[in-house]
Amino acid sequence: MLPFGATMVPNGVNFSVYSSASTSCALVLFERGEDEPFAEIPFPEEFRIGNVYCMIVFDLDFERLEYGYRMDGPYDSANGYRFDKTKILSDPYAKAIGGRDTWMAPPNWDNIYPFRSRLVFEDFDWEEDRPLQIPIEDLIIYEMHVRSFTMHPSSGAKYKGTFAGIREKIPYLKELGVNCVELMPIYEFDEWEHSKLHPDTGEQLVNYWGYSTLNFFSPKAGYAASGKFGMQVDELKTLIKHLHEHDIEVFLDVVFNHTAEGDHRGPTISFKGIDNKTYYMLTPEGYYFNFSGTGNTLNCNNPVVRNMVLDCLRYWAAEYHIDGFRFDLAAILGRAPDGSPLNNPPLLESLAFDPVLANCKLIAEAWDAGGLYQVGNFPAYGRWAEWNGKYRDHLRKYLKGEPGLVGDLAQAIQGSPWLYPTRGTTAGVNFITCHDGFTLYDLFAYNQKHNDANGENGNDGGNDNESWNCGCEGETDDAAINALRQRQIKNALTLILVSQGVPMIYMGDEMGRTQHGNNNTYCHDNELNWLNWDLLEKNAGLFAYAKHMIAFRKAHPALRNRDHFTYTDPQQTGYADITFHGVKPFECDYSSGSRVFAWMLNGNYAKNGTTTDDYIYIATNMYHEGVTLELPVLPQGRSWYVSANTGIGSGECCFATGTEPLVTNIQQFMLGPYSAIVLLGR
Amino acid sequence: MGFNITSEIIEGVAKLTLSGSLDSSSASMMQTEIQKVATQAPIALVLYVSELEFMASAGLRMLIFAKQKLGTAVQIYIVQPQGQIVDTLQMTGIIHSVHIVDNYPA
Repeated sequence: MLPFGATMVPNGVNFSVYSSASTSCALVLFERGEDEPFAEIPFPEEFRIGNVYCMIVFDLDFERLEYGYRMDGPYDSANGYRFDKTKILSDPYAKAIGGRDTWMAPPNWDNIYPFRSRLVFEDFDWEEDRPLQIPIEDLIIYEMHVRSFTMHPSSGAKYKGTFAGIREKIPYLKELGVNCVELMPIYEFDEWEHSKLHPDTGEQLVNYWGYSTLNFFSPKAGYAASGKFGMQVDELKTLIKHLHEHDIEVFLDVVFNHTAEGDHRGPTISFKGIDNKTYYMLTPEGYYFNFSGTGNTLNCNNPVVRNMVLDCLRYWAAEYHIDGFRFDLAAILGRAPDGSPLNNPPLLESLAFDPVLANCKLIAEAWDAGGLYQVGNFPAYGRWAEWNGKYRDHLRKYLKGEPGLVGDLAQAIQGSPWLYPTRGTTAGVNFITCHDGFTLYDLFAYNQKHNDANGENGNDGGNDNESWNCGCEGETDDAAINALRQRQIKNALTLILVSQGVPMIYMGDEMGRTQHGNNNTYCHDNELNWLNWDLLEKNAGLFAYAKHMIAFRKAHPALRNRDHFTYTDPQQTGYADITFHGVKPFECDYSSGSRVFAWMLNGNYAKNGTTTDDYIYIATNMYHEGVTLELPVLPQGRSWYVSANTGIGSGECCFATGTEPLVTNIQQFMLGPYSAIVLLGR
Repeated sequence: MGFNITSEIIEGVAKLTLSGSLDSSSASMMQTEIQKVATQAPIALVLYVSELEFMASAGLRMLIFAKQKLGTAVQIYIVQPQGQIVDTLQMTGIIHSVHIVDNYPA
């Protein structure tokens, strides 16, 4: 009977599907690509055990088969039933979905079964591969969109916009130095969903980002160069295997909060027709709760759905060797079927303690579209990390010179101990930009969003960007403004990469990628999203700086503690593990008007005292004028050396190991306006 | 488009010559030949595929099957594949598990 889904058995296939309220079910079989099924086999009543339909069918062509289910039962939407035997339904446990095999290939809109369940072979040759298990505090996460990464003509990739394209760019990722890629959704979705033409420009707008899942077990075929041949599973597994060979972990951005079936007006693709009341949170009137902002909400704490989510993640961990998962709008996963937040959400607990997922990193986007904001208090069970939205907000404000932020910055760079007092530094994923919102370049080039290209009259995208255009909205020839923007991007990269916690960088920020002020590019299959690799040359200094700071973080364990600082000096070295400073040593100015903040890490307490490192001093100045710093005196025999100084106007502002210039006057170190320095004491 | 396969073992090297279309309907023929040559513990597997016009997922499965059946020490050589075959091997990454050559021995 189990497992659910279609499982190959000797000479046949075992089909198993759950439905609690249907009255009957038929298995519908298609030859791949044919309009009409070649067989429709009702499940005999004796083949229904409990709420599971199950039977084995022999002599099927595994490779050419497409299958679905036809469920009969009541259509009574007020009571949550939406059975419709005219529909052929995708298997929730299908391992591949046909119908969108090639990205944006025009579909047959009259297809009686547009999203077809398929079988996959589980014989991939992983050789010695296994998940890397890099300690989470040592990760540097690079969030990326599969298609955007290599689709631009400048990428030089042979297989543009695909898993194979990413594989071609592994040398770039190695050069940059990141050791984890987080792939925006790769579960099968329909890029044509809600597609439309821009009312003014006529441009085709699509479901580009893919935060709308059709099937949780299937990789997106349109992201595979070989998808048209049905080989997307092999292509994705090969990518993961090769990334692992280069010591790069793979995280998936998973969307379990809703599906592509929308609300009562949306299509019936799978879950609605199989067991609507089980899979979705419904209002007492039978409508869909909409905590996701997209029409429906998956009923994740129903035991059947909970098991599906668990089965799904185990499958990706076991069969695809995935290293970690980032859960989109994860606060929803803690809601009861009636929508209320649970004190002890069963799904989150189950995921935390699941034996198969024991070595997978679990990261929550700890809020949802229904107003539940759980940054700092997401039910963690000692396992979950969170996207630290407060880190993002505070750093953005500090970087643009808002007053009263020094205290918040001090918290942020320590791994937010007030936010995560018992969970350690690794509870927080530190980021300033991600796919939602401005790119890092745009953060310092635009005061307001410019979303006209989305065709929603500017009503989409957040308005709380905390951005600053540095004196001119958008592109400018003003050299001073452009220099300031470059400096601010470097300041931001500096802070992310010297903060305790887990840093995350968004694709292209290391080379100054722009979306021209658009802070919600979910619908654009064009250069607004595609990474323009020519920027590597245009912004070579920026890229060099990003590489330097990533290498710096990897070289210095003092930046990668797992536990919070103790502010003590048990080894009696003369300094606590961390000390705070202003323009004068040990005199940090937390007043509302202060915009200077510095801190020093004592290398004797690197990795919470388990190893040793140099002393590290970081200072930031967000005044519009330069300041003169007096540096802390180092223990006998040590001197300060400049590893990075974003305030150096032109030329080299970062220095490789062994080439760092000596600081000759620690009484008077000039730090420029809107600048940061990173010093090494050795 | 049909499928033909012949096999022989010469000086410990298993040589399979394939032509036509290798898909789910023909993969079992190749599997049979691989199983047949595997009994003689060949030191290498050479696939002559210049006349092979198409390889579906089932064909890839046979390469994986051959590698697993013969062991990782047995190198697999694919001689004179057509562009479409090379493309498929590249896209899926299987190309890293085999050797593409113009002749065997080179």
